[in-house]
Amino acid sequence: MSLYHLQKFLYELNRDEAAQEKYRADLDALISEFELTTEESEALREGDIGLLYVLGVNGQILMHYAAFLGIEWFDYLDQMRAGIEQYGPVRAGVYAMTGGGESYTAEGKKQ
Amino acid sequence: MSLVYAGVLSHAPGITGRADLCENVAKRDEFYAALENQRKEIEATGAEALIVVAAEHFANFFMNNMPAYCIGIGEKYEGPIEDPDWLKIKKTTVPGAPDLGTRITREVMQTVDAAYAEEWKFDHGIMVPLNFLTPAYDLPIIPVNINCQGPPLTPLPRAWAFGEALRRACDAVPEKIAIVGTGGISHWPATPDSGKINEAWDRDFLDRLMRNDQAALLDYDDAETYRDAGQGGFEIRTFIAVAAAAGGHGDLQFYTAELPIFAVGCTVARFSLTSQD
Ligand SMILES: [Fe+2]
Repeated sequence: MSLYHLQKFLYELNRDEAAQEKYRADLDALISEFELTTEESEALREGDIGLLYVLGVNGQILMHYAAFLGIEWFDYLDQMRAGIEQYGPVRAGVYAMTGGGESYTAEGKKQ
Repeated sequence: MSLVYAGVLSHAPGITGRADLCENVAKRDEFYAALENQRKEIEATGAEALIVVAAEHFANFFMNNMPAYCIGIGEKYEGPIEDPDWLKIKKTTVPGAPDLGTRITREVMQTVDAAYAEEWKFDHGIMVPLNFLTPAYDLPIIPVNINCQGPPLTPLPRAWAFGEALRRACDAVPEKIAIVGTGGISHWPATPDSGKINEAWDRDFLDRLMRNDQAALLDYDDAETYRDAGQGGFEIRTFIAVAAAAGGHGDLQFYTAELPIFAVGCTVARFSLTSQD
């Protein structure tokens, strides 16, 4: 478990345009700079929002990463919910889902 | 007396970023009007700088070296770090107040061990308030951060003491200074529960805040806050610090739980300023 390093990867990516360039040019090289498990590296290669959420990435970090990947808002919420279904409850970190996976907005229910 | 304004307002990326998705347009526009009123109130005080007490979201501070409190003393700041099309706020440069910020930091340090920073990238937590309060980005900003994201978090009585220290520091300089605290009350932002709001909890907190009842404001426990108000509820620290800085009663100018698309109960309030001596 290296949630710290996984979040550090995303923190750097979210705030640093040079890291974003590197992400686009050579993702594997960027990944190799961090102490990540195979599962974590794979989640980053795939942009697997659901797994990253279950691994415990703080939503404030994950939300910015999802925006960087160009994922629309309601899709972002759905991908986290799908992650819970596929991989089980959040394993670590501050953020856990406390609701039943429902949408809390009228706007989201229609999507 | 050089603190000339104290208030609070909500931040959330949805307030600008998801404005077009919002269906309750009347309520949304009422909220925007309350923010515009807050802008005018600040402008009318002749404030020469604006302190923004924020709860940033891993734009600058991370678990490698997390300060409980940090004050910005940079010449300028870049923001937002987020994709501008997503946040619907253009990337821009915001002027800082290095000399004033340094004098304020020195005075705060008499009682609170604050960190300081000459570099600071603004995220939605500061950019969304500025988008409404200084849309031309022409007022020097002193960003202030309270760690509300990565536990262990500073205890509430310390946030109060920090607010008092900011007040003492503002009153020790000749410049006219406005201060706003920006947080959420109950909310579960950026999680699958985004949009969930505990309105009863919010209203109870706001009642304590508007009475500026120190004992009642500090009578929260983080485990209970997490249960009832979500991890977003930890951001009450910013409101509490500004209440301590203001010293007077508050006037709740706007609150609604009817804009869940913004993922936060939307709040605008100002405080009366009382002398601390
Ligand atoms: Fe926030």
